[in-house]
Amino acid sequence: MGSAGDVLEDNPVGRLKVYVYELPSKYNKKLLQKDPRCLTHMFAAEIFMHRFLLSSPVRTRNPDEADWFYTPIYPTCDLTPTGLPLPFKSPRMMRSAIQLISSNWPYWNRTEGADHFFVVPHDFGACFHYQEEKAIERGILPLLQRATLVQTFGQRNHVCLDEGSITIPPFAPPQKMQAHLIPQDVPRSIFVYFRGLFYDVNNDPEGGYYARGARAAVWENFKNNPLFDISTDHPTTYYEDMQRSIFCLCPLGWAPWSPRLVEAVVFGCIPVIIADDIVLPFADAIPWEEIGVFVGEKDVPELDTILTSIPTEVILRKQRLLANPSMKRAMLFPQPAQPGDAFHQILNGLARKLPHDRSIYLKAGEKVLNWTAGPVGDLKPCLQGNGLIGDRDSFGCHLRREGEREAAMGGGMGAFWGTRVMEIVKKHDSGGLLWKRIKLTPTRKANAKTRLRRVWQNEAVLRACAEADASNSPGVSNTESCTSAGKNE
Amino acid sequence: MVWWEQERKAIIELIKLIKEGKELKREGGRKKKKKRSTKEDMKLSALHQSYLNRRNNSFRSPAALDSSVDGSGKSLAAVFWLVLHCLCCLISLVLGFRFSRLVFFFLFSTSSTNLYSAPFRPDLPLKHLDVRTIGRNLDPSPVIGANSTATAATKSSRVVVGRHGIRIRPWPHPNPAEVMKAHQIIERVQKEQKTVFGMKSSRTVIAVTPTYVRTFQALHLTGVMHSLMLVPYDLVWIVVEAGGATNETGSIIAKSGLRTIHVGFNQRMPNTWEDRGKLEVLMRLQALRQVSKNYLFCLLEISGIVVREEKLDGIVMFADDSNMHSMELFDEIQRVKWFGAVSVGILAHSGNAEEMVMSIEKRKEMEEEESSSIPVQGPACNSTTGELIGWHVFNTLPYAGKSAVYIDDVAAVLPQKLEWSGFVLNSRLLWEEEGESRPEWVKEFGSLNENEGVESPLSLLNDPSMVEPLGTCGRQVLLWWLRVEARADSKFPSGWIIDPPLEITVAAKRTPWPEFLPEPPTKKRDQMPLPRGNNVVVIPKQQHPGKIRKPKRRSKRNKHEPKPTDTTLLVSSSSSSKQHQERN
Repeated sequence: MGSAGDVLEDNPVGRLKVYVYELPSKYNKKLLQKDPRCLTHMFAAEIFMHRFLLSSPVRTRNPDEADWFYTPIYPTCDLTPTGLPLPFKSPRMMRSAIQLISSNWPYWNRTEGADHFFVVPHDFGACFHYQEEKAIERGILPLLQRATLVQTFGQRNHVCLDEGSITIPPFAPPQKMQAHLIPQDVPRSIFVYFRGLFYDVNNDPEGGYYARGARAAVWENFKNNPLFDISTDHPTTYYEDMQRSIFCLCPLGWAPWSPRLVEAVVFGCIPVIIADDIVLPFADAIPWEEIGVFVGEKDVPELDTILTSIPTEVILRKQRLLANPSMKRAMLFPQPAQPGDAFHQILNGLARKLPHDRSIYLKAGEKVLNWTAGPVGDLKPCLQGNGLIGDRDSFGCHLRREGEREAAMGGGMGAFWGTRVMEIVKKHDSGGLLWKRIKLTPTRKANAKTRLRRVWQNEAVLRACAEADASNSPGVSNTESCTSAGKNE
Repeated sequence: MVWWEQERKAIIELIKLIKEGKELKREGGRKKKKKRSTKEDMKLSALHQSYLNRRNNSFRSPAALDSSVDGSGKSLAAVFWLVLHCLCCLISLVLGFRFSRLVFFFLFSTSSTNLYSAPFRPDLPLKHLDVRTIGRNLDPSPVIGANSTATAATKSSRVVVGRHGIRIRPWPHPNPAEVMKAHQIIERVQKEQKTVFGMKSSRTVIAVTPTYVRTFQALHLTGVMHSLMLVPYDLVWIVVEAGGATNETGSIIAKSGLRTIHVGFNQRMPNTWEDRGKLEVLMRLQALRQVSKNYLFCLLEISGIVVREEKLDGIVMFADDSNMHSMELFDEIQRVKWFGAVSVGILAHSGNAEEMVMSIEKRKEMEEEESSSIPVQGPACNSTTGELIGWHVFNTLPYAGKSAVYIDDVAAVLPQKLEWSGFVLNSRLLWEEEGESRPEWVKEFGSLNENEGVESPLSLLNDPSMVEPLGTCGRQVLLWWLRVEARADSKFPSGWIIDPPLEITVAAKRTPWPEFLPEPPTKKRDQMPLPRGNNVVVIPKQQHPGKIRKPKRRSKRNKHEPKPTDTTLLVSSSSSSKQHQERN
């Protein structure tokens, strides 16, 4: 069924090898420990991808034979008390992680990240801001501009969508969805179904910014239409209702994508995609044009006319395509992984980019990335004189004492500097390197110092540049992101 | 800015004017001053007017200021200070809010204050941020042509960030034609679901109906026939008639247009219910034999040409002519693998006249007794495992001792302990050899001794626990049992055709029943089926003097009750009396 079937059935095993960097747990596991809700929200793909790769047959322990390098970092696992992920710390965290891998392994500097991939499932991917305006202002984090990004965000000709990015479906809990499946012969008696916000009153009191006004238009035009089962409250039978509907609205929210895309496909409800220029997950493997209905944002007032004028045969064909189990599988991140699921589709996408172009390998000493680009708040590990003193947040602010002697490493080692140090220990049975925390002895301290001096120098240069930058343009810097991140604690 | 210059001039003029006014004051000439002041007044207002004209294309005209200027001609200084104050206010307003977002918004977005009511407001993007394509510099030698097309594409599609209008159409109501279309789509989708995900291969339904010629045969048989005609599956209807196949029955079932097999049974229907039940069992077995034998399926029965022989393959159901079927039943029985059971709702009542007039207390007692057993026959099963654990049986005890002979009003029509209509079975049970696929817990149908008291279909089985409960574990009642029979002495026209015409006709002016009051049309249900407006009225032929007492008692409660002595109304009167019971 469908031309996509063949691509979806591809098996990535044997076609690529991925090396997983070993990072300190504060980049991943600690964050998860702090807030286990990260496992269930719609950005959880970053966590499950890490888990999947650790046990995947494509993983290699020898970095020299790897085609792709993966940095296990959870940049969006930082939720507000209400459960909203605000990625203010992500740029600093990403930067520190990249500094870490570039100073400890030779592979980043070889290509400056062109053979590395990062999972950045936040609203606007690696732009790391939940507001589109700000996200566009920021652009993709400069350090990630050569890397391949695996992200949920997708909109054509958008600053936050890199050419080579892989667009993935948002995470939807597979077990929960499985538990709510009802027999497929239960008659679909709802014409159009939607549950969700129409106005984001808290963030957009005026209306018109949220969803570019499309969701509000859906509500204003069809709130009294009996064909439209639309409301803001999520009922407990939400998943069942989707299986009893013919069309499920998937309008944009703050970002063009939403978990409804996944839910609609899994539950066989024809997705009505209202998001201009959206780039859909695995668009090269899933025939979205065949299974979904695309309605322009400006055509929302004629939604009923558009939907009822679709020939019945076309609707039935779309439903037949949606019934294809390989399509449903490609939308989910199941535990444990199954062949053909979204993990495998990501690997397929990475495998299709192989072999790497020879031009990605830099000549000795060549530098492409500009380490000093980007908003000042992202570059500076700390905002001095801003009341943010103390090391409560290893990515936000570090302790800065007299001069270089006791300067904290850019990677955020400051938290335990003084009593412990990170050592790289070669383990006999593992091909890779292992981080271990060991007690500080004078010899080890000396060793660590020589090793880290390089980093410090680098850091000093960066700081100087950043300060110069900040003094030049004090008004326009993005400093509020740091302060607000501090306030959000 | 032109208006700014003009304003400056106006201020200078104003100051001049005020100076003149001061000089006048010093002069002290009262009358002159008055004249002068009115002149100045006019001048001032004119000046103000021109000022307003200049400004009102960018600001709202301050009406209050206007009136105050006109009204304060007495003191020029006050006017001056007022005007100056207003000017300062305006200037500070302009300067203060010039660059604020609010003024920006109000000045440059037209009619945006009216956000939700404005239909089809065009986009009001505040900022069009051109997408910057961040060079990846990965491609060392970009083809110029490709590059230029890429940039062109970038320009054509821009990310619009900012406020968008909320488009609301002027007439929000759905178009009825579209609603119709939507419902057609829903219907079509559901049909498709049924064919794709429903029963993969629908099996033939073999309905078995024992019947015999009687007054209410047409009534019952037509009801069952219409149910069977609505069945969306292939259907074979085997009608077994006691006392041999008759034309009367044949003419009814021929109207169905179904594949029917009309078989005669060479025994007359006995009078007692007990014997009838037994005979009906034999008739059903006869029908099953039709299914199981190398059945001679005659397409042209009249000419007697045997067209082909076949064994009927499908699901056998026992559609008695006293049954009402829900359409879900026919979907449900498609799920039967070998032998299934459904719940039957028993609508039993006795036509016992004593019960009708029974005191309320007594009836309550009866109800309490009855409430212990639900009037439902069917499988009882464990809802968690879906396994059969027993049977709900209709309790016939309260009716014990009541003869089922229809000589008198006391004609208790009772169901059997387990009605056959509550069972369905795969016809392969009847004719397949045990070795093939027939499960061993089924008796061989050929060896069944029919004289050996086959009471319920369970007698066909060795192990009744293998029965599959249908209808969500027997909880859904999918068919009902209700039998209403005419009394032997009731006079219904044979074949339900009123011929010959009525014996006596009288003019409608003189009603034969003077005590009858004109009745509302809703009550006519209880009445004779003949229209009253007609000039034809039936006069009862005979009266039973011994039965007058009873109706009198009832007529106290309801005077509009028809006389039960009327023979043509016997059946309806029994039903109406039942209604009375319910009312009380």
